Amino acid sequence: MKKSLFDKVWEKHVVVAEATSNPATLYIDLHLIHEVTSPQAFTVLRERGLTVKRPDRTLATIDHSTPTIFDADGDPIYVNAQAEKQVNLLIANAHAHGIATHGWDSEHRGIVHVMGPELGATRPGMTIVCGDSHTSTHGAFGALAFGIGTTQVGHVLATQCILMRKPKSMLIHVQGELADDVSAKDIILAIIAKIGVGGGTGHVLEYKGECFDAMSMDERMTVCNMSIEAGARAGMIAPDQTTFDYLKGREYTPKNQAFTKACATWSALKSDPDCHYDKTVVLQAADIRPMVTYGTHPGMAMPIDTLIPEPKDETEGEALSYMNVKAGTEITGNKVDVVFIGSCTNSRLIDLRSAAKYLKNKHVAKHVRAIIVAGSEPVKKQAEAEGLHDIFLTAGAEWREPGCSMCIGMNGDIGQPGELIVSTSNRNFAGRQGPNVRTILASPATAAASAVTGVVTDPRSLNLGSSS
Amino acid sequence: MSFDPISTITSKTLVLPAENIDTDQIIPARFLTVTDREGLGKLAFNDWRYEKDGSETAHFLNTDKAKACQILIAGHNFGCGSSREHAPWALHDYGFRAVISSEIADIFHANSLKNGFLPIVIEKSAHQWLLDHPDEEVKIDLEKQEVVLPKNGGTYSFTIDQFSKHCLLNGMDEMDYLADQSDEISTYEANNEH
Repeated sequence: MKKSLFDKVWEKHVVVAEATSNPATLYIDLHLIHEVTSPQAFTVLRERGLTVKRPDRTLATIDHSTPTIFDADGDPIYVNAQAEKQVNLLIANAHAHGIATHGWDSEHRGIVHVMGPELGATRPGMTIVCGDSHTSTHGAFGALAFGIGTTQVGHVLATQCILMRKPKSMLIHVQGELADDVSAKDIILAIIAKIGVGGGTGHVLEYKGECFDAMSMDERMTVCNMSIEAGARAGMIAPDQTTFDYLKGREYTPKNQAFTKACATWSALKSDPDCHYDKTVVLQAADIRPMVTYGTHPGMAMPIDTLIPEPKDETEGEALSYMNVKAGTEITGNKVDVVFIGSCTNSRLIDLRSAAKYLKNKHVAKHVRAIIVAGSEPVKKQAEAEGLHDIFLTAGAEWREPGCSMCIGMNGDIGQPGELIVSTSNRNFAGRQGPNVRTILASPATAAASAVTGVVTDPRSLNLGSSS
Repeated sequence: MSFDPISTITSKTLVLPAENIDTDQIIPARFLTVTDREGLGKLAFNDWRYEKDGSETAHFLNTDKAKACQILIAGHNFGCGSSREHAPWALHDYGFRAVISSEIADIFHANSLKNGFLPIVIEKSAHQWLLDHPDEEVKIDLEKQEVVLPKNGGTYSFTIDQFSKHCLLNGMDEMDYLADQSDEISTYEANNEH
């Protein structure tokens, strides 16, 4: 029987097969944990006298509640005592159970979905979970990776398994070549706009097409990251030489002959020709242009050079009203208050390089606050080695310490009521970046271009050439 | 995490017709720094229910009548967004025992089933009836997998994973079930170069 990439990874991890009366018991190769969704799971472990079954398959970091600014002594400035307590509790829990922990003292600390791949902990064919919906990011490596709730975090800590019925499969086939100046973020926003914010519910997505083949791992992670915004728990891209080259030499990646052997195994992780998918969606790459959102969920996205569409129902009408935009008008030209470049979607080197191209020898518009947050310590270090931080600082942008920051605003990095934020993050839900804050999701190029002009701006209008 | 078993729920409904109600609406992220799970009901739909100064808005969710409703009727694709289990914790603590929609997001759906909070996806016509008839007494029979609408609205069946149904009917925790598979898990590990 012909199998998809998803079928192959799923089947390899079934401990107990599913039946009418029970879901499958699925083995988890890597469990990533952070401070927000793990404390209650550790409490359950303590209450029931359970231990962590495989601390060696568990990796901890702090990212959501962590400040991105430090005081004069170099200590993080927490938004409140509760946030500090939560961060300290993660570190205490992880240490108590012998889990490798990337806290403040680690040179690898970062957003969990940036750090895992950087360490080589994320590898093809693995099952990866985290109490975080953007775990779908790791599917860029041909892993089956998805977010779970805190109860299941407890299950994985205690048994290294979860109970789950096999989801359906959906192929997202983007045919043909992309136009210049179209980024990975634009592609995934175009996909979500097409299938809808619930279009992937119950499915695992597989992305196929020349544009994905041509992408770097940073870009593939941007695509898979937002699978959840289409309702799909997971999104996958088959591993190839780009994947192997990225992984070579990283801390957890097998070394020498073991690496050669692993690459041979990983090479087989691709869908068989003509395998079955429960659903197939086809997009033409040439139709995709720089995208922005105009409403209050990521499916309300449109090419930046088109007019805001008429609301199709009352909910969409309310969304336009929340955003204070009108159907039939241009989104470009709307005054921007804040630009945020960061998050597990767009905080990697390629994203910062793209932003730097638009900020080099320019200045952020006077009325705009631009905040740039690298995804991890290694990204920050490399960006500084390349002088990107100088470009940002000279342009008048803030260059902050790594973390989730303004994507979720748990650490106090939020906008003020009514402000319009052009953000490279993944969710434009009402209030996500602060009560009554309005969010436009966009690529790093669009965000940086908008920071310079002070209004929502099509990066192509600045005539800087290809953004890649 | 233990919860009370569910068999039938008979209650007036509270209708939130908006589509795509996300987990940031159900409980905003800035409240997720909590390290326990109790008492989150007061934060359910926080930004709809409270002004910036903490005073209550005129939203229906703040009324005693709303707080007595155990069944939430929500627009299509309820619970989309993050994996925060704080969302079903908050709804359960508010007083809801079930949500009925035409579609419910995957992770929210899975989290709900593990907390004695019944997520029901029902056919569109019944969903529309429920959206159009707020404040009616509706009966959910989990054993029979039926939603009974009043006023000749009809009886509609719903599907539910049989394992989850068993857990809900018995207040059973999946952890014990998984722990009982420790031999199978060890065998798997031994056979798979783990």
